[in-house]
Parts: sequence; C-alpha cells; structure tokens
Amino acid sequence: MKFRRRQQQEPVAPSPSPSPSSSVSLPVSPPRPGTYRTGEPIRDTKAPSGPVEDRWDTRRFQAKLVNPANKRKLTVIVVGTGLAGGSAAATLGELGYKVKSFCYQDSPRRAHSIAAQGGINAAKNYRGDGDSVYRLFYDTVKGGDFRARESNVYRLAQVSVNIIDQAVAQGVPFAREYGGLLDTRSFGGAQVSRTFYARGQTGQQLLLGAYQALERQIAAGTVEMHTRHEMLEIVVSGGRARGVVVRDMVTGEIETHLADAVVLATGGYGNVFFLSTNAKGCNTTAIWRAHKKGAYFGNPCFTQIHPTCIPVSGDYQSKLTLMSESLRNDGRVWVPLRKGDGRAPADIPEDERDYYLERIYPAFGNLVPRDIASRAAKNVCDEGRGVGPGGLGVYLDFADAIARLGRDAVEKKYGNLFEMYERITGENPYEVPMRIYPAVHYTMGGLWVDYDLQSTIPGLFVIGEANFSDHGANRLGASALMQGLADGYFVLPTTIGDYLAGAGAFGPVEEDDVAEARKAVQDRIDRLLSVNGTRTADSYHRELGRIMWDYCGMERTEESLRKALERIPELREEFWNNVKVPGDAEGLNQALERAGRVADFFELAELMCVDALHRTESCGGHFRAESQDADGEALRDDENFAYVAAWEWTPDGPVLHKEELDYEYVKMTQRSYK
Amino acid sequence: MNLTLKIWRQSGSSDKGRMVTYRVEDVSPDMSFLEMLDVLNERLILEGDDPVAFDHDCREGICGMCGMVINGVAHGEQRATTTCQLHMRHFEDGAVITIEPWRAAPFPVIKDLVVDRSSFDRIIQAGGFVSVPAGSAPDAHAVPVPKEDADAAFDAATCIGCGACVAACPNGSASLFTAAKITHLGLLPQGQPERDSRARAMVEQMDAEGFGGCTNTGECTAVCPKGIPFDTIARMNADYLRSASK
Ligand SMILES: Cc1cc2nc3c(=O)[nH]c(=O)nc-3n(C[C@H](O)[C@H](O)[C@H](O)COP(=O)(O)OP(=O)(O)OC[C@H]3O[C@@H](n4cnc5c(N)ncnc54)[C@H](O)[C@@H]3O)c2cc1C
Ligand code: SF4
Ligand code: FES
Repeated sequence: MKFRRRQQQEPVAPSPSPSPSSSVSLPVSPPRPGTYRTGEPIRDTKAPSGPVEDRWDTRRFQAKLVNPANKRKLTVIVVGTGLAGGSAAATLGELGYKVKSFCYQDSPRRAHSIAAQGGINAAKNYRGDGDSVYRLFYDTVKGGDFRARESNVYRLAQVSVNIIDQAVAQGVPFAREYGGLLDTRSFGGAQVSRTFYARGQTGQQLLLGAYQALERQIAAGTVEMHTRHEMLEIVVSGGRARGVVVRDMVTGEIETHLADAVVLATGGYGNVFFLSTNAKGCNTTAIWRAHKKGAYFGNPCFTQIHPTCIPVSGDYQSKLTLMSESLRNDGRVWVPLRKGDGRAPADIPEDERDYYLERIYPAFGNLVPRDIASRAAKNVCDEGRGVGPGGLGVYLDFADAIARLGRDAVEKKYGNLFEMYERITGENPYEVPMRIYPAVHYTMGGLWVDYDLQSTIPGLFVIGEANFSDHGANRLGASALMQGLADGYFVLPTTIGDYLAGAGAFGPVEEDDVAEARKAVQDRIDRLLSVNGTRTADSYHRELGRIMWDYCGMERTEESLRKALERIPELREEFWNNVKVPGDAEGLNQALERAGRVADFFELAELMCVDALHRTESCGGHFRAESQDADGEALRDDENFAYVAAWEWTPDGPVLHKEELDYEYVKMTQRSYK
Repeated sequence: MNLTLKIWRQSGSSDKGRMVTYRVEDVSPDMSFLEMLDVLNERLILEGDDPVAFDHDCREGICGMCGMVINGVAHGEQRATTTCQLHMRHFEDGAVITIEPWRAAPFPVIKDLVVDRSSFDRIIQAGGFVSVPAGSAPDAHAVPVPKEDADAAFDAATCIGCGACVAACPNGSASLFTAAKITHLGLLPQGQPERDSRARAMVEQMDAEGFGGCTNTGECTAVCPKGIPFDTIARMNADYLRSASK
C-alpha cells in the first residue's frame, strides 16, 4: 500500500500560537493547535467483495498458506497477553510458528481483560429467541452508530459461535442451567438473550482459558514468554515491522527482539483520562510508538463512558470502579428536583425527586444505552442537582426493588456488587441508595487496520482493544471480549499466514534501523531521568486527565476542545522541563515506567482533541454539543462524516486520511430510545 | 488520620533488607490501602527518596498482582479481601502498621514488596490446561455439564494466583493454588482425559519449585481472598494417588 499526501491546510485553527521553546527536543507539535492536513483517502483493500456472508470464507480461501516446515523458521512477536494477545500467541504456537510473547505484568494471566465482568456475546441462538449471525451483525453495526465496517462486523458475528465452543472445550466454567446446558442473559442494545457469562467474572475465566492454552505452548517450546517487559519501540526495516525494543523492568536492560511480523495486542488507552475503570498499568505506549513509526490511528476520539461507576471520593483517587450495568435492571436512577438540595436521600419525599431517565425516555427508562445514560447524568449534575461530594453523583436506588422482591432476592442477584460497593464507600446500599457517576471505560479508537488486521506498516498487525475495528463510535456491552478472542483465536492466525507466506523476500533487518530504535528508547529514558524537576509524573497525569475529562469527555464543544489544545502542549512542555523521576534506569523503577507512559499520553491526548474537533457531528460516544436535535439527542451527519478518520503522524502535524464507509445491508437510521 | 508505617525495604535480591519507619499524615479513611501508599510515594519522590516498590494493577481484587503481609497477615486482617480492596477506615487513627512482602523461598524478593511468582506459571505449564488447539472444539452443547459440577468448578477457578496462601503457610506450601486448578479442570468432563497426568505433573512441579508440603494447618484458606475451599487439597491428593497407582 502506498499513500501520497496532498498538501492542503484546513482552516480550523483560530490564530497561530507560537510553540514555546525548550532545551530538550520535544515531540513536535503542530504549528497551530487543532491544525491538520487532509491527505489521500484510504481504503481497506483486503475485504473481498460479494455477499457479506461469504466474504470471510472467500478471504480464507484466497489467503496464502505457509507450509508446516516453513512455519518453524518464522518468528512472530506478540505484545500483550490479554484475551487478544494471549489467544493469538497460543494459537500461533499451536500452528507451529516461533512465537515471542511480552507483557508488563509478572504473569500473562494478569492482563486487564481479567477484570471484565458482565459477559461475552455470541450468536448461538441456543434460546431459540430469534437470534442469528445476521442479527448480531445488525445490532453491532447499529449500536456502533454506523461508524464500523460491515465486512468486519459480519465476520465478528460469524466467528462468535466458535469462541464459545473453544472456551467450553478449554474448561471455561460458564454459568449453566439445571439441565446442564449453557445459560445466557440479555445485555444493553439487544432484544435477544445472547450473552454468555461466568458469574461476574467472565473476563477472568475466559482469560484463564487463553492463559492456560498459552502456558501449554510455553511448555511445548513454541512460545517464549517475557513477563515484566515493556515494549518501548518497534523496529521498522525495509518498510516492514521487524521487531521490538523492550525494557526488562527487573534488570533495566534494553533488549532488541527481531521477527518476521509483529502483533500488538496492548489494550485500550482510557487511562489518558487518568481516572478510568482500566487497570493502573494500561497505557498507549506500544500503539503510540507504532503510530509515530507510520501506523495510522483510527478514530482516536471515540471513547466509551460507562454510566454506572462509583464516584470519585477525593483528590488521592487512583482509579474508578465499575458497577455492573445489570444493576440498572432493578435500580432506579434519580436526583433531587431542587438544586443544591442537601437533605439525606431518605428525607426527600417522592414528589421532590426526579427519576429523570424514566421521565425523559419513557420507552427504555433506566435501561437506555450507555452513552445516553451517561450524558443524562452529566446534565443533571451540571444543573447543580448532583449528589455526594462535589455534586458529582446520582442515586441508584434499590428501595422499590427491595420492597417488591424482598431483600433476599435482591441479595441473591446483586449481593457481590453491593458488597463491593460497601467495601469502597463504607455505605450500605440496602439502606442508602448507591451513588454512581459515569467514568471512562473503553476506547473504540485505536490503530487503523484492514480486514486482515494489518496496520499501515506492513507486517504490523493490531488486535483487540488496541485496534479501531468493529465497534464504530460505540461498543455494545459484552462485545469487547468477543472481538478480542475472535481476533486472536480465529482471524489473525489465518490472515497473518497470507503475509508470512512472502517472508522469503523480506531480507535481513538493517542494523541502522535497530540502532535508531534503540537510541530513541535510550534517549527518552535518559531525558526523563535528567530533568530532575519539582513535580511527579503522576501529578502531571492527573492534571492532563482533568483537562481531557473537562474538555474532551462526555460532551465536547469547539470551544472546549480549543481550550484543551492550548493547555495540553503547555502542560507537556512543563512536564518535560519540570518532571521529577527518581532513581536510575538500572533495575526496577516504577516511577520511570509511569513517566514514560505519561509522556505518550500527552501526545495522544492532543491527537484525540484534534480528531474530536474535526468531527463536528455527534455519533455514539462522541457528543458534540453543537450537533444535537431539538430534544438534545446526538445528531449524526452522515453526509459529511460517514468515514473512519485515519490519522497519519508527521513531524509537522497530523494528516487525515478518510476511509469512506458504505452500508449495503444495514440501513443508516437515527437511533431513538424514547 | 495519622499513621506510622514500618515497611520492608530491600533494594534488590542481593540486599539483606530492613524495616524502615515512615509517618504519614492526613490519611483519609476513604482511601484504599494502596492509595495511602501512593501518597507516601509521591512525597518520597519529591523529597529525593526512593519510593516503595509494590505490585498492583487492577486495584479491584481480580488480577492477583497485589499482595503484602500487613500486620503479619497476608492481605491484612479483613477476610476475603485483597490488599488493593482494603480501605483505611478499617485502621485506627495513630495505628502502627507493618508492611512486608510475601516470604517464601520460591518467591524471591525483587525489590521492597515485589516478589517473583513465576513458579506459579511453571506449575500451570506442567499440566494446568486442557489440550485443545483453537478450531478443534465440538459444539458447546455437545456435552451437558451438571450445574453442581459447573458451579463447583467455577468456585475453584476463581483463584487469582496471588500467592497469599503460600505466604501464610508455615511450610510455604502451594497446595491450595495447585489444588484449585486441579479441582477446576478435574470436575469438568472436558478435563477428564488428562486428569491423572495433570495431577501428577502439577504436584511434581510444585515440589520441584521448592514449595513445602501440606500439613493441614488451614492458614491458606484463612487468608485466601477468593475463599478457595480447603477440601480442594484432599481432591488433589486423591487424584495424585490415583495417578501414581496407575
Ligand atoms: C472493569 C471492566 C469491565 C469490562 N467488562 C466487559 C464485559 O463484561 N464484556 C466485554 O465484552 N468487555 C468488557 N470490558 C472491556 C474488555 O475487558 C477489554 O476491552 C478487553 O479485555 C481488552 O482486551 P485486550 O486483549 O485487547 O487487552 P488487555 O486485556 O488490556 O491486555 C493488554 C496486554 O498488553 C500488555 N501491554 C500493554 N502495554 C504494553 C507494553 N507497552 N509493553 C508490553 N506489554 C504491554 C499488557 O501487559 C497486557 O498483557 C470491560 C472493561 C473493564 C475496564
Ligand atoms: S488459592 Fe487463594 S490465596 Fe492462593 S493464589 Fe489462589 S486466590 Fe491467592
Ligand atoms: S491489584 Fe489486582 S488484585 Fe489487587
């Protein structure tokens, strides 16, 4: 693939603001905040044409195969051991490739996927309730607010059934009914019961399945595992991804690992907001470094904000905890009618409460989709009717459910969640309504990939939450686990073969390319350690997160985004001149690890704001206040924005490549939940 | 609240290590234990000291990454709770809290409170899996599984691999961890073909790693944040004996 750039300046920036000078050589920011250029359009050339239901079969048939004797000679690097990376590394090992796997935790089993609670979708139609591959495809395209590719989503729905088979065969203890068959539940955005689950720990059980398959391959000698290793750079040589530079987090040693192809499965970047439901170590470093080496970034501004999380309790807060969406089945959401009503919830009579979701969305009530519930909570809090510390919370009240079903029944259904809530807040939700508030949860954006899951750097494949594919502008509940495992067990192992079949012609890796990548890593580490300023990396991260939440969060406006685009480069500049990173690069240095991640978040944050600013429509999780209908609902602009924004990094600012989206099967409509 | 912390500091595996005392002030009762340590570390960094190294990631009790011996108890005194889920409201103002790493020969200290638990991964490598390559699985409904078996398998499968059981055991045994996996897979029809070889290989690996034997003290279940039942160990022993007698 070749892309040429057309030099064309978009007139979106108000006035030039000189970028401050500095003694350290900084990642170059665009000359004016928000400025970008538009390049040639981009297309996915790998999805076959023809009926959507045949495309994956066609691609599988067309894909070149690698003969077993050659597989043994080919090395594939897989960074990340979550559902996507763990399943991919195990499967590639089973196929006979030489695999090198990396993660930053002390064991592959601890990847962030372990924390997923609710479940995994699959079009099994075991209930006979009218589900089908086509329906799952349809729901996902619509749920994504028409910003995902039909070909990819259809394949995802097809493969979903194989995932459940695979997991059961591995011994994943899904919930079962008395007859011994699998149980399912319903999830948001669907009218059928297609979500398979293992109590509130579906992610854990699926990940342990993938982890065990991976450990089996490690024992078999096909996979070489590198835990406590952080990937800090990719090696591109001869125009292809040929390896990675990693830091051994225990010894501090910088290592180079070369390969015939590289797979990134490094998860989402929700932690750019500092506070999110992600694990503390989740980062953008791997995909960001790849982006700067030529991989386009798709839809960076598409972020999912989950409506039911435990609110922030103080300045020291280090992360946010999700309360399962299932609570909205029985809990009623409300705030006081009156602004600044300081009374305890029990003292507020019924007619002075506003059950605002039931009022505004009578058809769906408390069960509206995530993006809508989140925004409504923000609106009532902005009006000054929020509850709890800082007025940033709404009640989720189980009093009616307890009166109707009895305390025991409620405890049976939600006991573990109530306990988790009480542990964190010290309040008893059987007696006082829960307080909840939206929090950053998932990033739909990620590195741009084609149907083969290959990025714009040949030989660099991206899977799981790290890529942008499949969920459009809004992910449905229980679909991330499905996508990660579809990518890792079934899609990538086929499509990467097509690429590796040509490995004979790749040639040797140039030494200069390796040296350059290693030098980039070393220079950054040296620079971070040498600033010796007066603020910690965490304090900068908090401030950056605050900017992103306030200006590029649940609601975005031209004004807010411009403010962010002014503040972020200033703060980044300050970071590079005033951060304090203790110790040295030898041995375990967790403060150094964090500082490196924060540095990358700074750069990503800016691109997210540019993307959010350029997309003047509202769609899915991206709400531009300027683009709403008379009722305040998100208004898409299909005429101008039915495309994927694929951003190219260049030293003088981002370049936008548009991938037009065609909808042959699912008719584009405005979502309505009233 | 104001607290006195006595924390184990050890710069690396070759350092002997020692307890160091720190005062932390203005701790909010709503903080989690790890947030309290974050605050201490932020201060240490600004004062030019080395912050305390500790493992953590999810901070919601599921990844198994965190773990410290707090006042002599693995994960602290609150039952069925990981270190990251512990909150400061359970401590008294003015309290003195000792914080140490897991101590067991097969878990060497890397730095301060961070230990190397890769021995657990090697026990799983020995046989903690079902051999089923991707794409070879029959339909998920081909074999029904009685609900009681599925539920019991699930209970054992919730082990997070934190290592508290080892830290609490006077013998440094990894029996509860190993038995949890043997029980999980051994209760399911999918796990039957390899049941004997799995039990044998995992138990042998556990011994090879230098973990001690089980003498039924039950300290492991007492600290286990996931409440892995003690009788899984009896099951492991039975499976092991059965495999040995074949
Ligand atoms: C609280 C919570 C609940 C959720 N519940 C659900 C649910 O019920 N259903 C659902 O479908 N989805 C759910 N999700 C979303 C879903 O869990 C994630 O999207 C998914 O697990 C991501 O998997 P992954 O394999 O792409 O990445 P991850 O699981 O995040 O794995 C990333 C891997 O990359 C490694 N890594 C990262 N950076 C580097 C680096 N620089 N160097 C080396 N290694 C690196 C890490 O060590 C890790 O192994 C939930 C998410 C959260 C936060
Ligand atoms: S058995 Fe319990 S204490 Fe031991 S590793 Fe598993 S969860 Fe931790
Ligand atoms: S940090 Fe994950 S269990 Fe404590």
